[in-house]
Amino acid sequence: MDPTPTPAPSPAGTPKIAVTDLWKSFSGKPVLRGLTVEVASGESLVIVGGSGAGKSVFLKHLIGLIRPDRGRVVVDGQDLGSADPTLCLELRKKFGMSFQEGALFDSLDVFENIAFPLRRHTRMTEGEIADRVRECLELVHLSGVERKAPSELSGGMRRRVGFARAIAMKPEILLFDEPNTGLDPITSAVIDNVIVEMREHLPVTMVTITHDMKSAFRIADRVAMLRDGVLIATAPPDEFRRIPDPYVQKFIAGEPLEEELA
Amino acid sequence: MSSSARLLQTARATLDGVGVRTVALFEEAGRFFYILYQTGYWLFRRPFDGRQWLRQMVRVGVDSIPVVGLTAMFTGMVMALQTYRGFERFHAEAYVGSVVSLSLTRELAPVLAALMIAGRIGSSLAAELGSMRVTEQIDALYAMATEPIHYLIVPRVAATTLMLPPLVACADGLGIFGGYAVAVGLMDANPVVYWEKTFQYLDLNDVFSGLIKAAAFGLILSVTGCTKGFFTGGGAEGVGRSTTAAVVMASLVILISDFFLTKLLF
Repeated sequence: MDPTPTPAPSPAGTPKIAVTDLWKSFSGKPVLRGLTVEVASGESLVIVGGSGAGKSVFLKHLIGLIRPDRGRVVVDGQDLGSADPTLCLELRKKFGMSFQEGALFDSLDVFENIAFPLRRHTRMTEGEIADRVRECLELVHLSGVERKAPSELSGGMRRRVGFARAIAMKPEILLFDEPNTGLDPITSAVIDNVIVEMREHLPVTMVTITHDMKSAFRIADRVAMLRDGVLIATAPPDEFRRIPDPYVQKFIAGEPLEEELA
Repeated sequence: MSSSARLLQTARATLDGVGVRTVALFEEAGRFFYILYQTGYWLFRRPFDGRQWLRQMVRVGVDSIPVVGLTAMFTGMVMALQTYRGFERFHAEAYVGSVVSLSLTRELAPVLAALMIAGRIGSSLAAELGSMRVTEQIDALYAMATEPIHYLIVPRVAATTLMLPPLVACADGLGIFGGYAVAVGLMDANPVVYWEKTFQYLDLNDVFSGLIKAAAFGLILSVTGCTKGFFTGGGAEGVGRSTTAAVVMASLVILISDFFLTKLLF
């Protein structure tokens, strides 16, 4: 029997994730137009942009949920596009992804949701799984919800359970798809704090997409602005605030563009 | 616009319509066979999720006994009623038992059970997988390095294919019993003669071919339901569309394939 292919570790100095000239169209409409970005190991990159800018599509390319029309996504030196399906599944084990609404399995309770990847991919005993689930829930400041169904949780709690499930397998890369969408400002700040704490406690590389600038400045090492399928600006939060580009400034201030008012 | 130009325009529009529908039909067939192939590919791969298989078998099999049983029993009853009245006209009442048992085992029990299960399970498979698709739960499975076809579709298709034959066997028994109860209880048929005639012309082959048909129908309806659900798009409205389409398509394919299976098996 062939041994299961193991993804190679990241060579020193190479970026954890390297995206080169990524193009993607849906029904002839281009969404990504030659997007290029690198994420260093341990970095927290936040990609901001308006609705329909291609943020979610970009994030789904990183984990191979969408195949690019052109361009490359390289994770730890392995090209996701050219990897065979088994290696692709193995590469995905390096990722933890948190979805917009949590994407928790309705048919499983909170405990089983978090235990899902552990049962599926490890040989941990029931006791070890219970310990790991408790540990993950503590990291996102939740307790006593293990036996609740996802439908019994509030929006913010569902996101946090989604985070707990994403970190259950101790991933090297965490992806967050709009972690604050639809949440009130206080819950949103709690979510940001959880992300920052997770970052402090876990040796992970993070890529977050959001349109919430406050949240972006709280959790980012580097902020990138996506517009019409390309990154128009990338900088650490303090520098990003001073970028003279009118679109970036309007976006930070939350003001409409002149062309949209016309 | 001249009449010939108008005619040309109408012809072009008609051809366009035919083309679009043909492409859609091939696309639909392609998706069905893709899911069928992938289900076969992942069927014996590890990890084997026994709990899921069992849960689905209970859902498809045990939970469907009342609806399939009632359908079969009343079908047997109405068949006895109808054939008795008809056969009475040429003094062939004795053969009512044979007609009821043969038509039930060979045709009615498998087809009616499959149609009931298409309504009950085919629709719920499409709705369940469809809502998992639109709420990104299927993407979450991929993200957790789990193949959704392996985790979601294999147990559902296997359970439906495996549980349809025992359900149809129950339906056979209950249908024959329903026919007996009506013929003997309402029409004053001789119970000994009725019982004897019920089994006189019934071959084991009749029963087994009915059960083989049942398994084929189970495979068809579950793959149709799963395909419709798996490829759902367009939010809640899309889930509604997939659910309806799953039942309509599964029912049609069951009825069409019934002819070919019958031709093949008998």
